[in-house]
Amino acid sequence: MIEAKSLTKQYGDFTAVDGLSFTVNEGEVLGFLGPNGAGKSTTMKMLSGFLTPSSGTASIQGHDLTGDTLALRRCIGYLPEGAPLYGEMTVRQFLQFVARARSLSGSDAKRSVAQTMQRLNLEPVSSQTIETLSKGYKRRVGLAQAILHDPQVLILDEPTDGLDPNQKHEVRRLIRGMAEDKIIIISTHILEEVEALCSRAMIIAEGRLLVDDTPRGLVRRSRYHNAITLVVDHPQQAASALSELPETARVELKEHELTVFPQPDADLLAAVTGAVDMHRWTVSELRWESGRLDEVFREITGRAQQRGTV
Amino acid sequence: MQAMTNVLRRELAGYFATPVAYVFIVIFLMAASALTFYLGGFYERGIADLEPFFRFHPWLYLFLVPAISMRLWAEERKTGTVELLLTLPVTLQQAVLGKFLAAWLFVGLALLLTFPVWITVNLLGDPDNGSILAAYIGSWLMAGGFLAIGSCLSALTRNQVVAFILTVVVCFLFLVSGLPLVLNFFKGWAPQVFLDGISNLSFLSHFAAISKGVIDLRDLVYFALVMGFWLLANIIVLELKKAD
Ligand SMILES: Nc1ncnc2c1ncn2[C@@H]1O[C@H](COP(=O)(O)OP(=O)(O)O)[C@@H](O)[C@H]1O
Ligand SMILES: [Mg+2]
Repeated sequence: MIEAKSLTKQYGDFTAVDGLSFTVNEGEVLGFLGPNGAGKSTTMKMLSGFLTPSSGTASIQGHDLTGDTLALRRCIGYLPEGAPLYGEMTVRQFLQFVARARSLSGSDAKRSVAQTMQRLNLEPVSSQTIETLSKGYKRRVGLAQAILHDPQVLILDEPTDGLDPNQKHEVRRLIRGMAEDKIIIISTHILEEVEALCSRAMIIAEGRLLVDDTPRGLVRRSRYHNAITLVVDHPQQAASALSELPETARVELKEHELTVFPQPDADLLAAVTGAVDMHRWTVSELRWESGRLDEVFREITGRAQQRGTV
Repeated sequence: MQAMTNVLRRELAGYFATPVAYVFIVIFLMAASALTFYLGGFYERGIADLEPFFRFHPWLYLFLVPAISMRLWAEERKTGTVELLLTLPVTLQQAVLGKFLAAWLFVGLALLLTFPVWITVNLLGDPDNGSILAAYIGSWLMAGGFLAIGSCLSALTRNQVVAFILTVVVCFLFLVSGLPLVLNFFKGWAPQVFLDGISNLSFLSHFAAISKGVIDLRDLVYFALVMGFWLLANIIVLELKKAD
């Protein structure tokens, strides 16, 4: 279990992380979401024992972060932002170094290095120096060093940043595969990642926690949640007809797209399709929206920014 | 201990994985011989000892040791690997000591490779090999002093060139602080204890006797203290600056 209490980090006068408190339990995949400079990396650097908090504390699996962090670091696997690696070492040498640093001895070290390389498909490049690898392989080496000792807690800072869509998919698959009995915290500013990976999301901006919810819950906050967007042949006429429906709260017409927003708890879909039938409109596109995460994100973080500047 | 040797091994292998080691060793050997035979007048003196060889070591180290030490922490900070290293279950002390010892062993290896000079002097005459061994040990200790200064200063910055220049300047001050030129500057207005203090800090004064093969416990303690002090400073600097 991770328990953070008023975690705060100041760089000089600047407060990068401002009193974060949260709890994470086994089996959860927590996504730190926030614009650049929100304090995600700083929070992770504190949780991993790299930085000492200015105030507040956190405990990970019962080990406190403000004391001797050696025991804490043993139960964590950490992928720093940008996945820094020792470029002049080969993949195997590097992983062996990490295994020894993790106090795995002789045969245990060999076995876990071999297993991890197999798991991340690193065998083809095992004797290549890291600096000659492609970005996707480098990121996998970064992940490999984090999971080598099968830690209970994984802290991954932007694990898919800078990868192409296939590599992103691959890395997400790997992370999902490990999620079951672990605590995983990932940071990202990619919204689809939260939906694809996380069981829970925390939106952070300017060092403060704004929202702590499930991805589904976040989507539900969207004003587009349960809205219906359609493209019809007579948009003006359709707009006025649809806005008459008792189920409709509001209708918006943008270019050719018509978006109908529902009254609370109304069955909008049935009403809209009924109206389409009745007026015999030609519908070329109709989609039901579950909600737009990017809109929720902008809404939440934008509000915070306004508060900050006023 | 195991964590420390793990860091040490990685570092030491790192020297040989890049051209750094070979370039350094070649330049070190060439510079050492050039100074000995041309400036030191090794043959002309007609004495079978290695004084002309060891006499120039402080000046050789002044430029070559910072070239080794500049990357110790500056590079880790620049590439971000310091975050990787210090989130492994390795303490700051173990990391600092492991890296320092690797660099020290490496310089020791370069020093050992000057053995042809020793063979030459043994072929030409009948030197006191005990003094030569003492001088080798003293020279290595002095290199350790330079390296500890360099390691600490390289933790101050992400820029290796800045680390190099800072280290050369500080090492230079440590070298010359015992020379009359410097002491005369303070003479007259600074108290005598201060004068004694800074002249005692000088690498040159402590190395002078060693280079002639005379090992004085005080000189050994001096170099050990220099290393201890700067490595401790190194740990503190890292603790304060690793976030930047
Ligand atoms: N070493 C540092 N010194 C000063 N400010 C820093 C330092 N590291 C980060 N910051 C600032 O702290 C804020 C949070 O940074 P970071 O945690 O990296 O954000 P994120 O990972 O969410 O993009 C940013 O405004 C950044 O400029
Ligand atoms: Mg970041």
